Formats: sequence, structure tokens, C-alpha cells
Amino acid sequence: MRSDITFGQYVEGDSLIHRLDPRVKILISLVFIVVIFLARSLTAFVLLTAAAVVFVLMTKIPPRLILKAMKPLMFIIVFTAVINIFFMPGDHLIFEFHFIRIYREGIVNACLIVLRIMLLIVATSVFLTYTTTPLALTDALEQLLNPLKKLRVPVHEFSMMMTIALRFIPTLIDETRKIINAQTARGADFTTGSLIQRGRALIPILIPLFISAFRRADELATAMECRCYTGGEGRTRMNSLKSEPKDWAFFCLILALGAGVVLLNRFFPLLNVTI
Amino acid sequence: MNAVELDHVSFTYSRNMPGAVPALDDVSLSVKSGGITGLIGHTGSGKSTLVQLLNGLLKPDSGTVLLDGHDIWAEPKKIREIRFKAGLVMQYPEYQLFAETVAEDIAFGPKNMGIGGEELDARVKEAARFAGIGEELLGKSPFDLSGGQKRRAALAGVIAMNPKILILDEPAAGLDPAGRRDILGGVKRFSRESGTTVIIVSHSMEDMAMYCDDVIVMARAKILMHRPTAEVFSEAEQLASVGLDVPLVTRVAAALGELGVDIGRDVYTVDYAVGKILEHIGAAPVNFENVKDAAGKNGTGAAGKAGAEH
Repeated sequence: MRSDITFGQYVEGDSLIHRLDPRVKILISLVFIVVIFLARSLTAFVLLTAAAVVFVLMTKIPPRLILKAMKPLMFIIVFTAVINIFFMPGDHLIFEFHFIRIYREGIVNACLIVLRIMLLIVATSVFLTYTTTPLALTDALEQLLNPLKKLRVPVHEFSMMMTIALRFIPTLIDETRKIINAQTARGADFTTGSLIQRGRALIPILIPLFISAFRRADELATAMECRCYTGGEGRTRMNSLKSEPKDWAFFCLILALGAGVVLLNRFFPLLNVTI
Repeated sequence: MNAVELDHVSFTYSRNMPGAVPALDDVSLSVKSGGITGLIGHTGSGKSTLVQLLNGLLKPDSGTVLLDGHDIWAEPKKIREIRFKAGLVMQYPEYQLFAETVAEDIAFGPKNMGIGGEELDARVKEAARFAGIGEELLGKSPFDLSGGQKRRAALAGVIAMNPKILILDEPAAGLDPAGRRDILGGVKRFSRESGTTVIIVSHSMEDMAMYCDDVIVMARAKILMHRPTAEVFSEAEQLASVGLDVPLVTRVAAALGELGVDIGRDVYTVDYAVGKILEHIGAAPVNFENVKDAAGKNGTGAAGKAGAEH
């Protein structure tokens, strides 16, 4: 029953990108995002789009899923496009109606900015959400942030909290479903009535859910102490992350992509985007 | 008159997912009014799905579920009324308690039915009595009760709706022997006194043998058999083939049979076994009450001892 909840978006796979060191993947995504923002010229955008398509093909993730990742951001995409089309001044007037003036520059800019947002989504989903398990991500993040420990930031504790939170999301969803069923069987009604009535109808669900969450937290803490957990000091890992040459080769590829973008911006400027 | 009837009912979870396996596969079934029916089956055999179909928490993909002869999905908008008629006590119901006092929690169901005032009070008190919740507990917070008491308070919450049939999913799971006896005894008393049809899902063969009039055995999304309790437990091999067991005392009787002491294959309660064994060795007729006490305290030990003496 639990399988119908898509939690996180990890898609099982064995591609080169799936197997990259998650720490390097986080760095790659950061650099790739910077590169996307560096792109100004249409030629640079063509290069990046081609690269993104290649990455998607490499992961063997169905393109349908990538499109699905864009859905929640559809509003922002449309909103940005509209703002650019209607409010971007330029030299080539195409359409005029009372106070509405649409310029060629506005349309070009809108297209390129929409493309930029889509590239950002593809970059993060291809390198992070779709190809890296949430647990690998938190582990990698912990190690990347390790230097902050010198500044007394409790990195390990935060990452343990993240890991536990991720681990218990499916459990709590399951539990919520059970409690909803139980209260429905006693005639609770969550779908009719005014907003206040519906809010009140949630009480019989929220109270048992909170109580069971606290109970689980308590039990887990006891279980961890029984296994001598005392925090991150001196703790080793079962699967320690190792970065191999191929990870850094991929990283260099992204750097090269960045260099390409800068060169194309400089030497082949075409329909440059502003902002 | 049948309290519940299933007519060629099938159900599959997340039907649209590739590789979905039916949880119930073309199941037909009828349960007579008034008795206690046990529902046993291996984990994943479809028991919990079946009970959730009975009160409309799940809707069958095909086939009809009849309650008192009426299709429960005839008017989907009135499905709430069906839930009041077919009271379901889910697994570990103590995790659904939420109100400030036990009495308020028991009143949740009847209040949702629109009952108030004196009738509500009367129902709460009566339900508490059946479930074995003393009046002194009614004013307490449900979270201050012991595990067994919480379980019984949750049971009272469903009994208070005065359902036509009462369905219990693993009511005794995780309770100690005294807790099991309290809750199942309460259910039996409630069924006998109010004439309510009861369906109990359980893994415990001993509980089935002790409290149920007939037993439904489920295996692989289908019903394997539905017969009076004694007959079901005489099919030890067939039960074993679907990963189920017979009560311990039935196995003792079978072992005695192999040793040449035939006391029959339909032995499934300790009382009955003791009587049969004593009859077999020709002992004087015993005062059954005394034997019962010994059996109750010592479980199968009494039967074992009687066998050894022979």
C-alpha cells in the first residue's frame, strides 16, 4: 500500500550520473546553476540545452517525469513570461493597444528566461532529486558542511535530524491513513460543513497523530541510546563516500561547459538576454 | 436472515499500478445474523481488506456488499449511515483515542450520528459496561489508562454507536492473556445480550475456538472455507497448507490419537478435551466446573496431565 506514495523523486537506475559521488553531484549542480545564470547569448543557451538533453538521456529517466517536475513551478514560469512580454521595453514595437506595448525584445527575453528556469529544473532534478536517494543527499550534505563544525555548527545533529525526518515520512503517512480510517468508521466527516467545522473535524486526527509521533520519537531515542549513540564524535559510516576520478572528470566537464558559455557570450552574442 | 452478504466481490489496491495483485478475488460470502464469526488467514490473505469493504471504507471494484439485504453502495452519499450500522474496530484502536475524557471519546461516534442529551449518556454508560470500563474511568483522560483499558475504551466507542454488526480487526493483538479474556469476553457478552452480529479477525486459533460459532478461513485473496468452528479445526492439514495452525489442544488430541487414544478430531477447547479424555479412561464423571477452573488456570497443562496419567 505504501508504494503508491511517491516520496522524494528518486528513480531507480544505474547510469553514470546515478553512480556519481553524491558530494560531487551537489557541487556539480551548484556550478551548473551558476553556469545557467551566466548564459546571456542565444548560442550559449543552445549549448546548455543540448548538454541538458544529453544528461537526461544519460540517466534514462523518462522525459515525462522531467516535465512532471516542472508542473509545480508552472505558475512562476508563466508569470515571468507574462511580465517580460508586457513590460520589457525595446526598439522593435510589434503590437500596440492602448497602454499595452509588446516589443520583439520582450518576447525574446521571455523565451530565454523561461528556458533558463526550465534548465534550472532539469539540472537539479537530473543531478539531485531523480538520481540521488534522499539519504545519500543528507549524508553528502553533512560531509560537505563538515568544515562548519569548526564554527560550532552542529552539522552532524542537523543531518541526523534530516535523516530521521525523511525516514519517518512514509511511516507517518501510513499512520495518518489508519487514523483517518478509524475516525471515518466512527462517522467523522471531513468533507462537508463550513471551514471552521472542517478544521474542527481534524482534531480527532491530529491529536492521535501527534501523540503517536511523540511516542515514536521517544522509543527511537531510547533505542538509539541502547545502541550507544552519543552524537557524531568519532562515528564512522557503513558506506563511506569515496570520490573517484570519474566524479572529478564529470565535474571538469561542467566547468568546461561554463567556459564554453562564457566564450559564446563574448564571441557569438546573439539575441542577448537582459537580467 | 443474513446480516452480511458478499456477492462476487473483487478488490485491488492501486489498480492502475503495473503488477497490482487483487487483495480480494471474486469472493462470495454470507454471515448469519446474531452469531460470532471468526475470520482467520495468513498475513496478506485479504482479511483486513474484507472488513474494510464491509463498512464502506473501501469500495469494491466489482460485485456487491449487502448489509441486511441492502447494497451498501446503492446510494454512495449515504455511506456514512452504513458506517454506523457496521461498526468497525480497527487494529490497535487505542491509537485513535483523542478526547479529553474517556466518556467524551466514547460519545464521539454517537454524536456524529446526531444523538445527544440523555440518550447519549445512556449509550456511553451502556457501551462502557459492555467493554468493561468502570464508571470511575469515564471522567479520566484516555491517555492515563493502561493499554488494555485503552483498547476497551476504543471498543466502547464503537459499541456506543449501536451497530447492527460489530467488526473487530485483531481485537486482542498485543494484550496479555487476562487482557484478551477481558476484551473478547466483553464482545461475546455484548453479542449475546444485544443480538449483534460480530465478526472477529484474529491470528489466534485459541481465541477462535473459544469465542466463535463459525470460522471463515481466507487464503490468497479467496475464501478457503466457511464452516462451524469444530469442522474447520478438524481440517488440520488443509489449514497447515495455507500457513495456519489448529489450537494446541487439537494437536494434543491428534498426538493422542496416534498413540492409540482416539478422542476424536473435533477437539478444540481444553474443557471438551478434558471431558473426552476422562471419558476415555473411564474415570468417574467429574464436576465440570472444577475442571474448568483448573483448565482456565493451567491452560493445556490439565489436558496434558490427564493424558500422561493414561
